[in-house]
Amino acid sequence: MAFLRPLQPIRQGPRLLLGVSFFVLFVAVWAFATLGGFVSPTFLADPLTMVQDGWILLTQYGFAADIGVTMWRVIGGFVMAAVIAVPLGIAMGAYAPVEAFFEPFVSFARYLPASAFIPLLILWAGIGETQKLLVIFIGSVFQITLMVAGQVAGTRRDLVEAAYTLGAGDGGVVRRVLIPANAPDIAETLRLVLGWAWTYVIVAEFIGSSSGIGHMIIESQALLATGQIIFGIIVIGLIGLASDFLFKAVNRRLFPWRLA
Amino acid sequence: MSSGKLFVDAVSRVFPAVREGQPVRALEPTTLSVAANDFITILGPSGCGKSTLLRIVAGLDRPSAGRVLLDGRPVTGPGPDRGMVFQSYTLFPWLTVAENIAFGLKEKRMAPAEMRERVAQYVASVGLRGFENHYPRQLSGGMQQRTAIARALANDPEILLLDEPFGALDNQTRGLMQELLLGIWERERKTVLFVTHDIEEAIFMASRVVVMTARPGRIKADIPVDLPYPRHYTIKTSAAFSDLRARLTEEIRAEAVAAEQGAAV
Repeated sequence: MAFLRPLQPIRQGPRLLLGVSFFVLFVAVWAFATLGGFVSPTFLADPLTMVQDGWILLTQYGFAADIGVTMWRVIGGFVMAAVIAVPLGIAMGAYAPVEAFFEPFVSFARYLPASAFIPLLILWAGIGETQKLLVIFIGSVFQITLMVAGQVAGTRRDLVEAAYTLGAGDGGVVRRVLIPANAPDIAETLRLVLGWAWTYVIVAEFIGSSSGIGHMIIESQALLATGQIIFGIIVIGLIGLASDFLFKAVNRRLFPWRLA
Repeated sequence: MSSGKLFVDAVSRVFPAVREGQPVRALEPTTLSVAANDFITILGPSGCGKSTLLRIVAGLDRPSAGRVLLDGRPVTGPGPDRGMVFQSYTLFPWLTVAENIAFGLKEKRMAPAEMRERVAQYVASVGLRGFENHYPRQLSGGMQQRTAIARALANDPEILLLDEPFGALDNQTRGLMQELLLGIWERERKTVLFVTHDIEEAIFMASRVVVMTARPGRIKADIPVDLPYPRHYTIKTSAAFSDLRARLTEEIRAEAVAAEQGAAV
């Protein structure tokens, strides 16, 4: 039996083993380069220092509170964006005039880099929480809107026609066909954009912030504490991984018909 | 003039030109009267406008000229009085078999107890007991179309429209589905308009076969099928059936040839 064959599925055991082994390989190469003396510790800390620094951060510098603050900012800004973008996207996907009205602007706004708004937002909203939330909001809202609009507009026409012949009105088609048909894809969009929101929050915390993971990272740079920086980055990665798993588990629970 | 259940009054359909092409005349002015409780099959080669005609009756497409009357009232859009079964599988994939069948009943705000009873009745009549809680993708094509028929019938429509509903099924399953639909019709005596390009299918179920010409479509022949109901599948080997098949084959063949030549030009 061939080991590699196009599109051939893989069993759960080997999948887990392969997934973990790349992490192991990655850390091994890192350890070899740093502990072996090939890279100066000024530029890249070794894994052991990283763990040590992380432990000190957590136990002595209250880094857990920074993690909490950053998570709250991401979730807060992201929820605000989703609450506006998902209904707007559905309306745009369902109704062509709504789409015609918003689409050109939203497409334009999508290309505005959220990070470029930070100086302006600091002028408007100061350096408090509002500014951080707004950065994430601006970075997420246009993306979600356009992706949701595209999904809803692409709903299978024959399902919509079937609903009409069963007596559904226009509102019923939106509520009972367009929304449930696209709910899994919308959830998937949210999962994707949440990942991007993490980038925006860190950049926002680099500038004018006194708390959060990004703040810790930029402070550590001044101290050349690369172990702390890497620890911060890894924490973000782990939170991302955890939220991804959570999202996928919730989706499986909510949309059994996709997998049934 | 419109004594029947459904009256298609000089309905035609021209699809506007795309780019520099010619407008496509899909359907020449067509008049058809359907009596209550009739089972009519519309038989024609691919692309003859028979589906267009059905979609106009369903209200999913608008005629370029003419009108459709159901019980004397003009059709202006799709509605629950005309149940439709499509060729493609159009069950809502996020709803179970039972929920799919209940879709139109919910739209009517039927009381839950009555709804459950109605759903159970139609689940049974299409032979899907035990599959109520399955999702569409867990079902075979034949089972999906049975659910689609149940979903349309549960709404108690005035007329049932079917657009090549068994076209994607294998031969054996198709035969069984024809018997199932015919059995339901013999019990409930719904008015049925059934579009197909399969000659045997057209004869086996119909009380009248309407033959359409190649594009632009128009009615070429209207042939009553005087085989007695209830019909058993063995009727397909009877002499009367063979005669009808030979006659319709001749009618359709000429049209298929015309369609091929039309396509070649």
